[in-house]
Formats: sequence, C-alpha cells, structure tokens
Amino acid sequence: MTELLSDYLPIVIFVGLSGVIGLALLVAPFIIAIKRPDPEKVSAYECGFDAFDDARMKFDVRFYLVAILFIIFDLEVAFLFPWAVAFRDVGWFGFWSMMIFLAVLTIGFVYEWRKGALEWD
Amino acid sequence: MTLPLFFFYIFSAICIASALMVIASRNPVHSVLFLILAFVNAAGIFMLAGAEFLALILIVVYVGAVAVLFLFVVMMLDVDFAELGKGMLQYMPIAIVVGIIFGLELLMVAGSWFITPEVAGGSVLPIDAGVENTRALGQVIYTRYVYLFEAAGIVLLVAMIGAIVLTLRHKPGVRRQDIATQVGRRPKDAVEVVKVESGKGI
Amino acid sequence: MTSDLTDIFALAPAYPELALVIGAVLLLMIGVFQKNNHFMTINGLAIGLMGAVLVLLLFAPSDGVLFNGGFVQDEFSRFMKVLVLIGSIGALLVSVSAAEEHALNKFEYPVLVLLATLGMMMMISANDLISLYVALELQSLSLYVVAALKRDSARATEAGLKYFVLGALSSGMLLYGASMVYGFTGQTELGAITEAIALGEPSIGLIFGLVFLLAGLAFKISAVPFHMWTPDVYEGAPTPVTAFFAAAPKVAAMALFVRLTYGTFAPISTDWQQIVIFISILSMVLAAFAAIGQNNVKRLIAYSSIGHVGFALVGLSAGSQAGVQGVAIYMAVYLAMTIGLFACILSLKSDKGYIEQISDMKGLAQSRPFIAVIIAVMMFSLIGLPPLAGFFAKWQVFLAAVEARLYWLAVIGVLASAVSAFYYLRIVRTMYFDEPENNFAAAPMELTVVMGLAGLFVITYVFTFGGPIARMAEIAAASLH
Repeated sequence: MTELLSDYLPIVIFVGLSGVIGLALLVAPFIIAIKRPDPEKVSAYECGFDAFDDARMKFDVRFYLVAILFIIFDLEVAFLFPWAVAFRDVGWFGFWSMMIFLAVLTIGFVYEWRKGALEWD
Repeated sequence: MTLPLFFFYIFSAICIASALMVIASRNPVHSVLFLILAFVNAAGIFMLAGAEFLALILIVVYVGAVAVLFLFVVMMLDVDFAELGKGMLQYMPIAIVVGIIFGLELLMVAGSWFITPEVAGGSVLPIDAGVENTRALGQVIYTRYVYLFEAAGIVLLVAMIGAIVLTLRHKPGVRRQDIATQVGRRPKDAVEVVKVESGKGI
Repeated sequence: MTSDLTDIFALAPAYPELALVIGAVLLLMIGVFQKNNHFMTINGLAIGLMGAVLVLLLFAPSDGVLFNGGFVQDEFSRFMKVLVLIGSIGALLVSVSAAEEHALNKFEYPVLVLLATLGMMMMISANDLISLYVALELQSLSLYVVAALKRDSARATEAGLKYFVLGALSSGMLLYGASMVYGFTGQTELGAITEAIALGEPSIGLIFGLVFLLAGLAFKISAVPFHMWTPDVYEGAPTPVTAFFAAAPKVAAMALFVRLTYGTFAPISTDWQQIVIFISILSMVLAAFAAIGQNNVKRLIAYSSIGHVGFALVGLSAGSQAGVQGVAIYMAVYLAMTIGLFACILSLKSDKGYIEQISDMKGLAQSRPFIAVIIAVMMFSLIGLPPLAGFFAKWQVFLAAVEARLYWLAVIGVLASAVSAFYYLRIVRTMYFDEPENNFAAAPMELTVVMGLAGLFVITYVFTFGGPIARMAEIAAASLH
C-alpha cells in the first residue's frame, strides 16, 4: 500500500509546489504593492456603468445534448482502460465481450448520426 | 503510516468543507466549482485506499465531464438561486434531524464493524496484492462479470436514445450541407440553355 | 478468472433476454433508417417480438444459473416474466390508436418499451446485488424517458422529471442498502448472502441494509410511504404510458421484492415481515381514503394501484409459500384488470379529446354500453366482489395471512376493500345513473379485443384461467426455496 502511495510522491510535491507558488503570487501584491484607494479611483470607468444585470444567460439545450453524448462516450472509454491493461489475461472471451460492448455503442452512434444529433442545425 | 493518515485527514477535511460550500454558496457556479474540489479530494481518498483506477476515473469522468454538464445545466436553467435559497432556513430543522439520523446510522455501522470484525473478512473476490488494480479489474469485468458489463453498455445506449429523444430539435427549413448530392450534381441538373429569340425575352 | 460460459447453448436460460435485446437494437436501426416515421410498423414489430419471446418462454423453458451467479432462471422468474411480457404487449396494443394524440408516435417509444421490458426481465432474474441494480437502472432509465416522451407538454415533462428525481433518490437508498448488505456478509450473490446470514445472529448493519433495500424497492412498487410520486406521474404522463407504468414495472418490482425477502432474507424473516406488514397496512388504508376525493381518472387509478400493492403485500407478510403463491396470483389478476381498464379509458374519445375526469364518463352506459359494462366489471373486480377474478386474488392473499395467524391484518384488508368500494362504485354510478354529456367515437378494433379478453378473463376466471394460474403460481412459489 505505502509502495503504491510513494509512486505518487512526485505528484504530491508538484501540487504542493504549484500551490505555494500560486499562493505566493497572490499574497505578495497585498504585502508589497502600494495601495492608495479613493472612491473615484475604484469606481467604474467614467463612461462605463455599473452592471445592470447578471452576466449569465440561458444556454441552448443543444450544448447539453452534446455534453451528455460526450459523457456517454467518455464512460465507454473508461471501460477500455482495464481491458487494455488486462488484455493478455482475458483471452478471446474478453476480446469478444468488449467487441459486443462496442457494437452496442456503435449502434447508439449510428442512431445519433442518423438522427442528426451530431449536426448543429 | 503517519503520512497517509495526514493526507487522509487533509483530503477528508477539504472534501467535507467543499461539500458544505456546495450547498451554502450563493452563486450556483461557485457551487459547481466546489463540487469539483470535493470530487478531486474524494479521488485523493480513493487513492489512499489503494483504488487508483477509481480515483483517476473519478477525475476523468466526474471532474472532466459531469461537472461540465452541471455547469451547462446551471447556465441553462437560469434560475434565480438566491431567491430559491430563501426558503432553505425553513427546512433546516428537518434537514438537521435527517442529518443526525444518517450520522447515527453511520456510527452504528462503524460500531458494529468493530464489534463483529469477521463479517468484513469474507469477500467475493479477494484482493491480490501482487496485481495493480486496473489490471485486477480488467481480469474480472470482461469475463466473470460479462453480463453486467454488457448490461452497462445497454444502459448507456438507453441514455443516448433518451438524451436525443428528449432534447433534439431541428429548426424547420434549415438547409443542410449534403456533400454527396453536392458532389453528384451535374451541369444539366442546374443549368438550362435556353434559346432566346431576339427582341422577345424569356 | 474466467466466465462459466462455454458455448452459445449454455446461454439457453437467457435466450428470451438475448432475443429481446437483439430485437430492440434491430428495431432501433430499422426505425432510424426509415425515411418517414414508421411508428406503426415498429410498434407492430415490437409487439410481435415480445409475443415471440413469450412463446419461447412458455414452450422452450430452460432453467439455470448463468454468469457466475448473476442471472437465474427458475419457475418463479418464468411466471413473472410472462406477466411482464403480457403487460408490455398490452401497453403497446392500447397505445396504437392513441399514440398520435399523445405525441407518442415516434419509433423510439416501442424501442424504449422493449428495453424497459428487458430491464424488468433482468430484474426478475437478478441473482446478485450488482445485477439487481444494473437491471433496475436499465428499467428505470427507460421509464423516465418514456414518461417525458411527450416533451411539448409541461405536465408530461414534469411527470418525467419528478419520476426521475425521486427514482434516483430511491436508487440511492437501494444502493446504500446493497452496499451495507455486502459489507456485512461479504457476498453479492443472493444465495451466498442467505448462507452468510444463516450462519449467525444478524448484525444491526445487515438489518439496516435490508431496510434500505426494501425502502428503495417499496418506491418502485409505489407502496406507502414511498408512493408520493405515483399520482403525479400517472396523471402527467400520457395515458398509454400510464397504462404501461401501472402494469409491467409493478409486477417486475414486486417479483424482485418477493425474491429478496422470501428468498434471500428468509433466515431473518421476522425482521422483514414487520416492514412488509407495516407498508402493506399503510398502502391499503391510505389508498382507500385518498382515492375518495379524486376526480381525475388517472389519479384515481394511481391510488387504486397503491392500494392493490398493499393487498398483494398482505400475502407476502405471511412469509409462507401460500402467501407467495397469493402474491403471484394477485399480480396476474391485477395486470389483467389494469390493462383492461386502460383499454376502456383509451377507447373513450369524445370530440373534446380523451377523457380525463370521472365526470366525463357521465351516462356512458347509454352511448357505449359495451365499454360501460367492461368498466363496471373491472370496478367490481377491483373491489373484490365474487365471482370475479379480483375476489379470488384477494381471497388467496387473505387466506395466507390468516394461516400465518395475522388475523388483524386480514381484517384491515377486508375493511380497506370495503372503503375502496366507495370510490369504485362512484364511477359505476356516474356511468349508469347520470345523464350523458359527451358523444364518444366508436372504439378501435384492437382496444375492443383487449377489453373483451380482459373482461372474459375477469368474469370467467374461476372456471377457466383460475385453476391453471393457481397451479403455475404454486410451482413458481415453490421454486424460490
């Protein structure tokens, strides 16, 4: 177990290091930079306005369709990893079980294509 | 042993804190970002438990895809969440009661685990320490659990059909590119040579 | 680790499922490669396919455990699968004429019904906590989509969303329970779990797991207190879809419920019997009183179905083989009554569209006497009046309860039946004693056939179908141990 974890030590060091650098860059200006705020200086630029509204707006539902189709294929790919790793162990049976799985999803893909779900109008 | 323990507490503390922030933050986009943080820390806990594959899948699928989908949904709905959240205090007492019950249950389960340790001993598939766990999963998913594997494929197919049936709409009257027809078009389909008599017009 | 599959013949117990999945995929491809919308063709083919699978199940039976214990085919699962297939065929049949009006005339509808049916059959055959969950999700996911298929209707979309959110919650509970059961027994296969439980005193964690599992399943059979979604979903979904929801998925979930309690958790039967008795009483009583105030036909049927689940659970409460036999008979009769009733409702189309309210049926006996008679017969049977099928179904479950010395449970059941008579008879009164308001179009042929068959089943049950069904149910119940 600890062996497995020590494999990941470089990542931990990397994440720690990037965290430290990021934090340092964020904190340093607070300490070093000169700050002399006054109401005019921090207000919106002279010909600008304060925001009227939320900047967010409704998305088209099509984005969602693309995203969900992406997730489905993403999950499919997730199944391919262990298959590739254990390919030698699972033999022909494992090979064909994956082929059937892929065939089912290819059917789904053909359906998508024919329905025009991959086209943007 | 102390280092994994240290990381465990770090991961779980951040995980719980960000899960709290998911429901507490006013801006739904921030909620999604905290959710991502919670996922990443949960992946860290999986990693500590030795489930490398699950940890990385959690990041690939949940952080990479599901969280993006959540962002889409948050944007798409365009609900005034601040307004929705106002009624939340009203439900707080019930939520606390439910939370306490769940907490007690968890404690009880953990307690009985300590009291009857032998129950956790027997396992369907004993873990072989010599095999890395992506390979160990691969060895059973495609053979022993082939039924579940194919069934999962069909569930994904249903998800595809469902997503398309429920959301796909084509605007009427949109002219699409049809490459085969375009390439297959010949001059005589489109151009007509008309003999025009002078002074008459067509 | 290898699979136990050696060749294609070893798969014989799973042929019906294989036929369904291959057929569903083929129909999907046929549908998508058609230039126009061929709903009728695909629907007809789907009905034919399920009919063929039904024949395969009945006349080429093959039992066994497959996929390293993930899948079991026995007498019980065959009985329940036949019911599920009949329910799905009935639902597709009654939606033929109504599909266009309910915006169901897409070829995806029969394909999704096929896939949902596949999920139900896998649920019935589930012999492992994981396959149980995957099958349940396959079934539920298809049903969520079907509920919201009429996507331009706000009510149908709301129904689909509500069903989805609450269904996801119940799946979560089920999964939580399954993980606890796994944690405390170390096994996922149902038979191995039984052995592990029988070894010693059940731990409190195992009981918790059992409770969560049953709570998740109680949601699927819509037993009180997990019934909240039923009236809204039944009302909001298009009527042919409601007909489907009320019939086949209930049977499948009930089969799973019985297999888990009576089969797997048999060593701790006293623990689950309390829960089953509790939800059975609540379902019967709440449904009987809540249905009285309903004016919408589909809401009324929703409460009625909650009540009938309660009655079926009376049989399971007994925890005996006779009780399980009673549940099986009850589900068969319930299925016939539900499909028949929905065929009647879907054949009532006036110039204002399909009926929604009970008051729309005023004076039906004068304009459409045949439909009125069938509805009346169904109502009397739902109350449980002799000599109709509903009476014998109730008789069987109450008898099992009495044999198990649950006298008061049987008494409560009989009282709840008496109360429920009030709202069933209200429909009969509206049809026969009120002045007609609407003109109804003639019923389409296939609906008349379904009505006729259901009516025949219910009326002549005691002479014709009753005996064989009781025998098959007995064999089915015996195969669980």
